Amino acid sequence: MSKIAFLQGNEACAYGALYAGCRFFAGYPITPSTEVAEVMAKELPKVGGKFIQMEDEIGAMAAIIGASLTGVKSLTATSGPGFSLKQENLGYACITEVPCVIINVMRGGPSTGMPTGPSQSDVMQAKWGTHGDHPAICIVPASVQELFTETVRAFNLSEKYRMPVTVMPDEIVGHMRERIEIPEPGVIPLTDRTPPSVEPEEYKPYDTRFGDVPPLAAFGSEYRFHVTGLNKAEDGFPTTRAELVQQEEERQMRKIEDHIDDIVSYEEYMLDDADVAVVAFGSTARSARFAVREAREAGIKAGLFRIITYWPFPEKQIAGIAGRVKAIITPEMNLGMTFHEVMRCAAGKSTVSGIFRVDGEPINPGQILDKIKEALR
Amino acid sequence: MSNRYELRFSGAGGQGLILAGIIMAEAAAIYDGKQALQSQSYGPEARGGASKSEVIISDEPIDYPKATAVDALLALTQEACDKYSGDLKENGILLLDSDLVKKLPKGKYRVVKFPIINTAKNEVGRTIVANIVALGAMVALTGIVSKESAEKAVLARVPEAFTDLNRKAFLAGYEKAVAAKKG
Repeated sequence: MSKIAFLQGNEACAYGALYAGCRFFAGYPITPSTEVAEVMAKELPKVGGKFIQMEDEIGAMAAIIGASLTGVKSLTATSGPGFSLKQENLGYACITEVPCVIINVMRGGPSTGMPTGPSQSDVMQAKWGTHGDHPAICIVPASVQELFTETVRAFNLSEKYRMPVTVMPDEIVGHMRERIEIPEPGVIPLTDRTPPSVEPEEYKPYDTRFGDVPPLAAFGSEYRFHVTGLNKAEDGFPTTRAELVQQEEERQMRKIEDHIDDIVSYEEYMLDDADVAVVAFGSTARSARFAVREAREAGIKAGLFRIITYWPFPEKQIAGIAGRVKAIITPEMNLGMTFHEVMRCAAGKSTVSGIFRVDGEPINPGQILDKIKEALR
Repeated sequence: MSNRYELRFSGAGGQGLILAGIIMAEAAAIYDGKQALQSQSYGPEARGGASKSEVIISDEPIDYPKATAVDALLALTQEACDKYSGDLKENGILLLDSDLVKKLPKGKYRVVKFPIINTAKNEVGRTIVANIVALGAMVALTGIVSKESAEKAVLARVPEAFTDLNRKAFLAGYEKAVAAKKG
């Protein structure tokens, strides 16, 4: 029997992490993400897990990398300024290929910005926040139920591709409460990282004989290996040999590029015969859905493409829509981040216009409906 | 869309209005089997500043999580009343604390007022339950959730030692609102 509850998004996120098998949380409280830490602090000890409040977000990011290296699924949660602080160590998780999940509940920025106000302005940071070329997976849920299931999926993807995954609800989704169904353990399949199949003396942490996602041994076990933030060779030790560095970097990118369809997820609503498509995510997509229904009632053929996996960006799908509709509208609580991505994918096949809002207020359905009408004029 | 019902609980931070909204939503979603969504908006202050909690109740899945045209508004402070009454529907319910909100917003509303905080303090015995008095009143005025479901939802949220206090607060609010509406 699944369990029915009335939960806040952040709470559902924490329960999703626990469901996924997360047994370590390190964090530093920050509005509007603190409830994730609160639930983990309360629940982790009951299942033999560990919760630690670190001195800051930098330390928290470092702690989950260390914990995950020992074989324990690990989580941290933060918001805006805290996500900025995590970027250096997020890069460390990227180059060392350590699975871990980062929750970033989006509030207004930059800097301290608007601590209690909603925002969707960290989506570029999720891909480009840490320096250097690196793959990125970022998920942007739109409901309490989805915050649960997508957090489970984030852990699965993180383990499968041996890399950090970020889940980024906006403040509205993180703080709102809805009815949720928590499935019995085992109903949602879980993925665990591939352990080594060779003897300890033969083990290399980045052994490409096993494909683009090398098996990962648990630190502290009989398998001994080196972990460094420097560009490394298959054995984990630093190297500056040009061909090795190039190969390693390209292999890491292939983990995503060769599995786009496995990772990208989205929802389409009334798009089949649409003249105008709204491309939105998070709470803004809920506003867009309301507007699309109202447009349909008024006889306007509008549809919604809701982004669930923001990175990798659903390029193929958006390009397809651009070829079928007259206009695309991108409402978002930032000053045009998705707009530019959509423009790139649409490549001139349809017009693209945005509704950008950064005043701490949500984009309401009326604003989107007006834009739909305007786009078809 | 037509059966979408929107409630807003507003006042100052620290008055327990977010909790009042949560309980209203739980009454609808858990005990009355309806769709419900609760959201909130508040400033960075721990106490003070205008604060609001919104509840959408519907028979159908709820997409937009915030209020679009409010059916029933509670305002416990003048600041909240001034700030949050702009999108109250014509003929919408406006519940006010008569001691604290003296200036009514312009527009045609069904205004109901009684001393909500004073009722909590002097009749129920604790100022802290003013949010539950207000909740009882909102339940009576809107009829959007049943009285029984709302009472169950209140009691499920409070520690056992405070069951009687909260039941008393809920019923006081409910009855005062019924009386104020008639008067």
